[in-house]
Amino acid sequence: MPSEAAVIEAVPAAPPKSRRWETRRNIGDKVYKWILTVAAVSVLLIIAGTIYELTMGSRQSIAAFGLRFFSDSNWDPGRHLFGALPFILGTLYSSFWALVLALPIGLFTAIFLSEMAPRWLERPVSFMVELLAAIPSVVYGLWGLFVLQPFLVKYFEGPIANGPLAALPIFGGTANGYDMLSASVILAIMVLPYITAVSRDILRAIPRTVREASYALGATSWETIKGVVLPYARAGIIGAVMLGFGRALGETMAVTMVIGNAPIFKTDLFSSGYTLASVIANELAEASGLYRSALIEIGLCLFLITLVVNAAAKLLIYYTAQDLNATGGKK
Amino acid sequence: MPEPRTSIRPWHRSRFRRAFSAVMAGVAASATIVAVTALVFVLLYILIGGIGSMNFSIFTQGPVPMGQEGGGLRNAIIGTLILISIACVIGLPIGILGGVYQLETNTTFSRTLRFFTDVMNSIPSIVMGIFAYLIVVLPAAEISPGHAFSAFAGGVALGFLMIPTVMRTTEEILRLVPVALRDASLALGASQWRTTLSVILPSARGGIITGILLALARIAGETAPLLFTAFGNLDFNVRLDRPIDALPLNIFNYATSPYENLHHLALAGAIILLAIILVLSIAARWALKGQLQD
Repeated sequence: MPSEAAVIEAVPAAPPKSRRWETRRNIGDKVYKWILTVAAVSVLLIIAGTIYELTMGSRQSIAAFGLRFFSDSNWDPGRHLFGALPFILGTLYSSFWALVLALPIGLFTAIFLSEMAPRWLERPVSFMVELLAAIPSVVYGLWGLFVLQPFLVKYFEGPIANGPLAALPIFGGTANGYDMLSASVILAIMVLPYITAVSRDILRAIPRTVREASYALGATSWETIKGVVLPYARAGIIGAVMLGFGRALGETMAVTMVIGNAPIFKTDLFSSGYTLASVIANELAEASGLYRSALIEIGLCLFLITLVVNAAAKLLIYYTAQDLNATGGKK
Repeated sequence: MPEPRTSIRPWHRSRFRRAFSAVMAGVAASATIVAVTALVFVLLYILIGGIGSMNFSIFTQGPVPMGQEGGGLRNAIIGTLILISIACVIGLPIGILGGVYQLETNTTFSRTLRFFTDVMNSIPSIVMGIFAYLIVVLPAAEISPGHAFSAFAGGVALGFLMIPTVMRTTEEILRLVPVALRDASLALGASQWRTTLSVILPSARGGIITGILLALARIAGETAPLLFTAFGNLDFNVRLDRPIDALPLNIFNYATSPYENLHHLALAGAIILLAIILVLSIAARWALKGQLQD
């Protein structure tokens, strides 16, 4: 112990540590530190401010309807009737079908990119799939109106609506293209890059030795993927899917342009619907009073749903990545 | 860090299991083809339709009353540029300084902040729009009735949307600056802020520009938050306290209108928007490339 004390005395000042605030009396650095902190904390302020303002804005509607707001399916601004149920169900339903379509394609694409594709193919294909995320929502909506809707009506909705399958509860409605199906297909294309990119990264982080061990036990490539790689990555893939789900829930323009915007909810894929985001997009600019307050409450509802879904997805992905890093480091 | 691929090729003597494995490889390859086809379909349609609808007057004319021939996107293009500029003034300082904060501190609080930055990144853009509507548009309407919507409100919404992207990329890029550079500057007696300003930020210049350009590419096509903030304007406007037109708003209005000539305008708008985003993304890659070579 005494020798250590001697050493400490011999070195007059500790060397400045990187990535730490200096404690020297320097006005400039104090100001600097405060400016940085304010900038960083503004993120918290914006999130907290959003929650506060949305809650304040929806006070009138909360007072008028209470919890009935979420279970009432009448939306009639003319008669001051505001129930959010059709929008909540419409949002969940269109996002659900989007995942049903996007999950197999996204997951198999991720498997192809991480397990099978040669390097020269992997890079450009990854880039192209991720490019899908760069196209603005409104451009997807335009494409949906001019290309997807006519295509679906002619080759899918028409034949089914006139055939025996029309009796099924998911294939009712008028086959005119302004419906859940168009919205779900567009949403599926829009969430595809997120599901693919995140799953691919998770699959890639799985140690090579795990696959080699499986091969050594006599498994084929597919048996290895199915029995070893996918179970290893399960939590992360669930996280990727939830991330895609979160994106789909909050997606506005493309859905608004093709879903038909009718405040009713039916399980029929060929009937019009409405989502939380679309009703805000269509009606907020013109609304006032209780009507506006109800729309802001819908915004609050959308915000809280996406917040929960995204936070859960982030945590799942984060912990899976940490897990993989830990096992990868040990080998 | 991705794992290096294994070079071992599995082989099994059961012909059935080998065949099944090959079939599933085919399924994965077809899924990839479907995904790429979706992209090609969307891009090709916009490209062909947009170029077919392009003409010079689109850049020189403002909108005409619905149903009339002609008309252009001049007001919308200028409006979008103005909105993006306002967003930069609001979003860039906060984003870059916040990124520096993340670099300089490593406490439980700063890690919590980083998590919330990710959370903010995933807030639907329309919710940010409502926030801007509540803090800018409604108060403005109370002060001067009749002047609720404004370019400024739209810029605020877009600026907030930029912050998380800029913050995260700035931090990630600053982490690549060698600690020795910073230590050398501090050892020469420079203060913290001087070190950041004169050593760290300049040496990470390219990467920060990349982050900014990617954030701009993200907000350039945002439509939903503008519907009830910038609102759109049939007249030419550059005043920040008045409603302003924007390219994505025009695409939305024209695409959903029943008129054929407006559909062509929407397509032309879409291709201009995609061109802006493409240029920004390529410039972002290019800026980063210069960075890595330094």
